Amino acid sequence: MTQATYTGVLDLAAGAFLLAAVLVVWRRELRALVRMLAWQGAALATIPLTVGIYQADAALIVVGVVVLLLRAVVLPLLLARAVGTEDHERRESTPLVNTTTSLLITAGLTVLAYAVTRPIIALDPSPATRAVPAAFAVILIAVFVMVSRRRALSQAVGFMMLDNGIAATAFLITSGVPLIVELGASLDVLFAVLVLGLLTGQMRRTFGGTDLDQLRELRD
Amino acid sequence: MNTLLLLPILAPLAAAAFAATVGWRRLSAFVTVLAAGSVLMTAAALGSQIGSGARYGVGHLLRADALTVTMLIVIGTVGTLATWASVGYINAELAHGHTNQRGANLYGVLVPIFLAAMSLAVLANNIGLMWVAIEATTVATAFLVGHRRTRAALEATWKYVVICSVGIALAFLGTVLLYFASLHAGASSGTALNIDVLLAHASQLDPSVTHLAAGLLLLGYGAKAGLVPFHTWLADAHSQSPAPVSALMSGVLLSVAFSALLRVKSVVDLALGTGFLRAGLLIVGLLTLLIAASLLVVQTDFKRMLAYSSMENMGLVAVAAAAGTKLAIAALLLHVLAHGMGKTLVFLAAGQLQAAHDSTAIRDITGVLARSRLIGGAFVVGLAVLLGLPPFAMFASELSISRALAGAHLEWALGAALLLVVISFAALVRNGSRMLLGPPDPGAPTIAVPRSVAGALVTGVTLSVALGLTAGPLTELFRTAATMLGATP
Repeated sequence: MTQATYTGVLDLAAGAFLLAAVLVVWRRELRALVRMLAWQGAALATIPLTVGIYQADAALIVVGVVVLLLRAVVLPLLLARAVGTEDHERRESTPLVNTTTSLLITAGLTVLAYAVTRPIIALDPSPATRAVPAAFAVILIAVFVMVSRRRALSQAVGFMMLDNGIAATAFLITSGVPLIVELGASLDVLFAVLVLGLLTGQMRRTFGGTDLDQLRELRD
Repeated sequence: MNTLLLLPILAPLAAAAFAATVGWRRLSAFVTVLAAGSVLMTAAALGSQIGSGARYGVGHLLRADALTVTMLIVIGTVGTLATWASVGYINAELAHGHTNQRGANLYGVLVPIFLAAMSLAVLANNIGLMWVAIEATTVATAFLVGHRRTRAALEATWKYVVICSVGIALAFLGTVLLYFASLHAGASSGTALNIDVLLAHASQLDPSVTHLAAGLLLLGYGAKAGLVPFHTWLADAHSQSPAPVSALMSGVLLSVAFSALLRVKSVVDLALGTGFLRAGLLIVGLLTLLIAASLLVVQTDFKRMLAYSSMENMGLVAVAAAAGTKLAIAALLLHVLAHGMGKTLVFLAAGQLQAAHDSTAIRDITGVLARSRLIGGAFVVGLAVLLGLPPFAMFASELSISRALAGAHLEWALGAALLLVVISFAALVRNGSRMLLGPPDPGAPTIAVPRSVAGALVTGVTLSVALGLTAGPLTELFRTAATMLGATP
């Protein structure tokens, strides 16, 4: 792989990664959100695969394959199972922030991501590090999704996006964290998503829906 | 060394495996108590061996030093008392139909896993592994918080998992950035996250990336330690959990998360000087104190009241960490241990009150001292510990923290913290006396005290008194930990 292809593929992956996050902000259909998340997982897995092939690092390629399986297949399937079957359960309820404003905020967050990541790029101006603002933008957008959506499942999607963003940052700036940490962190995320999925199911049985506005019994 | 380092992790895991095979029974419950006790024994054994240095094991993945031993003592003590009381507590829940055999089985498996994760968090030398362990505590406790499966319990679980996972994710981003800075400071990729390696390379860490990392780590571990701005899960989770789990979360988990911050602080202070995290900890600590004190004043639910009291104490601990002197760090470690014991007493007593009245409202409960000498007495002692009354240990720790703050020229912070502590004190005394004193209602239900709960309470009271009278060899341990954490003299 030449330097130019390497840079090109990395930039493309980072771009697709960010685009998936923007589409999550745009769409309201819960199944579509989960599909976007799967695409984002695939874009994320491209990063360690590309870096692994370019640096001829077999361990990183293996990590890339695991990431692909986990984040593009297993976790989205777990979430898809948690989407309800009734009609009113399959769409996000009226959002707190309308779509146009949401997209504008997303643009603002992306600019902010470029500002925040300047010290990182200054320390190591390699092609991979230069793509890190996209990963940070996804982190910020994910937090925005989590605070502005009202369905339990949308919050779970936001959480997974946040996690994808952090994983992408790790792959871009350090070619991934040490293997034991990567394994442990993936296992934790898998369990956290499992727990969120189970809780969504319990919530539907107990409250008859997954609207988070119903969670207002505990307060001071 | 490897055996000693692995025992506090493997013993609870073995207990969990045993509980998973045989289900919730008296035997499996007592095996868990034994496992928690072995954590305490290991702490004692490690404490006698490490001296002022650090020992490593399993290829430098694990580490034991004075801070590890201190935290293992907290985990072991509260863990033993809480798992002991669990025997009677869960059997009573089963008898009242608040849970079923499946729920009890799950409880029996998850509690020891929770203990193992906390042990791993304080034994990890790799701060990435430390993060994995702390996130694992969230996963392990999720279904413990939702144990009763009511609407309120479900709501508390959802908030707990979402807020803590997001908070702790920020800490992971901070860890990744620290790893990046460490690699560029010349550390090799396999060991760049090890505490010893980070400390050795601290002066070469890039300052601007380290600033970013330190801010994220403070917010992230702060979330798990009940500090602002991610503190909102705390009162919900602590009030909905079964009483022994509340004791573990409040008395141990919060301080385990804070010990992660202390680890990070020792590295960041070397890289950036003490100013940055001092400012951060002061802001976060004082705001936490402010929120806790104002919500304590208006509280009408006794379990939530105890939860906010935990927040108050964590806020005070953060302010003490900001002072950063040897006196302050040693005092905050004593504070953490005393708080763990006191909180265990009040939460276990509160659990029996909740079981008797089927309510957690302060106004529903009167005359506890006259109705049950054991529960009332344990509540009084626990409350006295938390209020910092002499002869209990928090009197000494709060006095030392005040002296340390004055010595570090943080008089204004001392003034603000003292004011808020006094407000909390008044609120706790008012609500506590409303529940404890006065003549009992003629129609008030009897407060049942299962034998195992009684045993745990009596032991807890004895330990609290003993710790108040003399900290003995612990004083030296806390000082060693403070020195090792790079505290200024």
